[in-house]
Amino acid sequence: MKKFVEGSHAIAELVAKCRPQVISAYPITPQTHIVEGLAKLVADGKLNAEFINVESEHSAASVVLGGSAAGARTYTATSSQGLLLMAEVIFNIAGMRLPVVLTCANRSVSAPINIWNDHQDSMTVRDSGWIHFYAENIQEAIDLHVIAYKVAEDKRVSLPVLIGIDGYVLTHAFEVVDMPDQDVIDKYLPAFSPVAHLDVDNPLSLGLLGGPDVYIETRYAIEKTMIDALPIIEEASKEYSGLLGRNAGGLVEAYRTEDADTVAIAIGSIVGTIKDVVDDLRAEGKKVGVVKLVTYRPFPKDALIKALGSAKNVLVIEKAVSLGADSPVYADVRSALYGKGNANVEGYVIGLGGRDIPASEIKNIFLNAGKGAENEYVGLNIELLEG
Amino acid sequence: MYPLKILVSSPGTSLDNKTGSWRSEQKPKFLQKDCIACNMCFIVCPEGCISGEGKNTYIADYDYCKGCGLCVEVCPKNDIVMVEEGEQI
Amino acid sequence: MAVEADKTKHLLQAGHTACAGCGQALAARIVINTAGPKTIIANSTGCLEVFTTRAPQTAWGVPWVHSLFENSAAVASGIEAAMRYFGKIDEVNIIAQGGDGGTGDIGMGALSGMLERGHKILYVCYDNEAYMNTGIQRSGLTPFDSNTTTSPVGSQSTGNQRPKKPVFEIAVAHGISYAATASAAFPKDIEKKVKKALSMPGAKYLQIHVPCPLGWRSAPNLTVEIAKLAVETGLYPIVEFENGKLVSVRKIKPKPVEEYLKTQGRFKHLLKNEEELEKIREIARQNIEKYGLSV
Repeated sequence: MKKFVEGSHAIAELVAKCRPQVISAYPITPQTHIVEGLAKLVADGKLNAEFINVESEHSAASVVLGGSAAGARTYTATSSQGLLLMAEVIFNIAGMRLPVVLTCANRSVSAPINIWNDHQDSMTVRDSGWIHFYAENIQEAIDLHVIAYKVAEDKRVSLPVLIGIDGYVLTHAFEVVDMPDQDVIDKYLPAFSPVAHLDVDNPLSLGLLGGPDVYIETRYAIEKTMIDALPIIEEASKEYSGLLGRNAGGLVEAYRTEDADTVAIAIGSIVGTIKDVVDDLRAEGKKVGVVKLVTYRPFPKDALIKALGSAKNVLVIEKAVSLGADSPVYADVRSALYGKGNANVEGYVIGLGGRDIPASEIKNIFLNAGKGAENEYVGLNIELLEG
Repeated sequence: MYPLKILVSSPGTSLDNKTGSWRSEQKPKFLQKDCIACNMCFIVCPEGCISGEGKNTYIADYDYCKGCGLCVEVCPKNDIVMVEEGEQI
Repeated sequence: MAVEADKTKHLLQAGHTACAGCGQALAARIVINTAGPKTIIANSTGCLEVFTTRAPQTAWGVPWVHSLFENSAAVASGIEAAMRYFGKIDEVNIIAQGGDGGTGDIGMGALSGMLERGHKILYVCYDNEAYMNTGIQRSGLTPFDSNTTTSPVGSQSTGNQRPKKPVFEIAVAHGISYAATASAAFPKDIEKKVKKALSMPGAKYLQIHVPCPLGWRSAPNLTVEIAKLAVETGLYPIVEFENGKLVSVRKIKPKPVEEYLKTQGRFKHLLKNEEELEKIREIARQNIEKYGLSV
């Protein structure tokens, strides 16, 4: 059913259709409308779930950890400082192999305090063992949440999933989306059946002290699971796409890259702008394209290399940094392409703190490719740096 | 890959760890003559390794007893005494 | 006549690696044995967690989860929500437990949230008055003048210079149905209070004073005796509150504080220090007055 709806409310509505059983969150801009939407659905009897208002994000994540450990399907949402505050719980949830689903309304990180969009927040937990999906638009945002539950709870995976949704850009924007019916979701998502959970009829201890004699194996197990998850994500996306009658999810999306000699790589809503620029440049006869990373963890190396084809210039355009070193996506792409072909890989940092990204700036990146940019900051206002 | 055996554990597995080997100097001897089955030794033992049912039946499981001596102190009839580790019971 | 130790009766079993004479092991076993097999535990990081669950072993006979240091109250809240969702909330007990630091310092936020929301959870704080698992560092509940590694006695200091944080009173102030203090000195009283707490609605708080022979520098066989002296000197009031009202106190014939202090190395620097002893006596006096402890 098509609806004209605010991103946050679309997410709330579709998360509700996934039948979460324990929901807990703490307010932080710009995630608030998602959680408020869910609270209202519960209050109106449209969503049967335990909704727990907590005193901090650390506790929000802890509540869903407890709920998931007790065998419930869980949900939480946060941004920025909230994600950073719950960071130790994030690592804990992955280490305990609990299939929690979390929406990160991507927002910049303090200091300075900034409530607008970039990817610095979720990038800080890219090493944690969580699967990361990122949405280009609201339709993709809601599709990825459903696929997230399917993949997370798959017994071959049993890992938590974070879905990055650009704060304000997607959460507070309105789009026409195709909202699947409840029976489609019910057909796709079976009831949650945990690998191990807290049960008085089968008492187990979870969250053990893992000494030097066992710890490295737990990390290897997650790494192996991440690799195994790549085809499982494709499988789950394909199954959902079949039910919807349109494409959803996946590892990467290649846009006009077949014969491209210059291809951009990006995550999230910026891809929408880049696609427009690609269309303009193609109309001018330039052979350009863009690859969107829908799945960022596990890093879809093979899918990415395939999508890049024989591109000579690869331009990573990202909204995150790793201060003092190569930015996260740039580093991952460069390292994935090392020794594979002769592509010139460049890295651009753009849009931090919600700085607007005009199409003209993207166009310039394409047109100036080949100058060996490494972590080049785009659109800096030099005046602010002087004096 | 979900390594159950190192992420999750089941009841009874701590019993593999025989903490009785911690004792070096003393252990409790249950005289079993004036015992009134008050059960206090059973209750206070931090290891939970004392058992008994009825007067003069209480005994520690020396595979786990750490020799702390709490049972000796709590017995209202002084029916438990600390003896040298080497002594045969 | 010897009877084979029945290893199946305890829900916190032997083979754990607590120190000999550990007051916390004593109390924790009484708590879970009383609560029974239909109990789910969320445990904070600390001695109790470390000495009971080193992979691949566990000493627990009930479903048990450990997450982090400060969040057992929040984890338990999530478990409670799940049980409520599954319609099992009346069939199971949920206990969140941790030490004094994990409860009243780093865990204060999560504890307060859990109490404020009124989840059907019993929170048990094992108060051994310092961060023992990490090596005897001072916590907010470390008593005045106590020698710890981060409030050490020296030429310029007589130990911890702050009064004990009133975490129990803070719990009471949340208006919960039941809050009580207890002690390793009185195991049957612990049983009684756990039973009582689990029968009350909403959130409950039980704080149990548990001597730590290692951290207190005391003899392992005197754990129960020392805990008794803490109560009998007025330094650890044993009281019960229901819905914010004081309903019972354990009356005492107050003993001189020195009798308690001299049993532990962490206080031995006070025994010849009349000025400091007077301050400790004042603490005892205030407790006695506040709760009407004198017989």
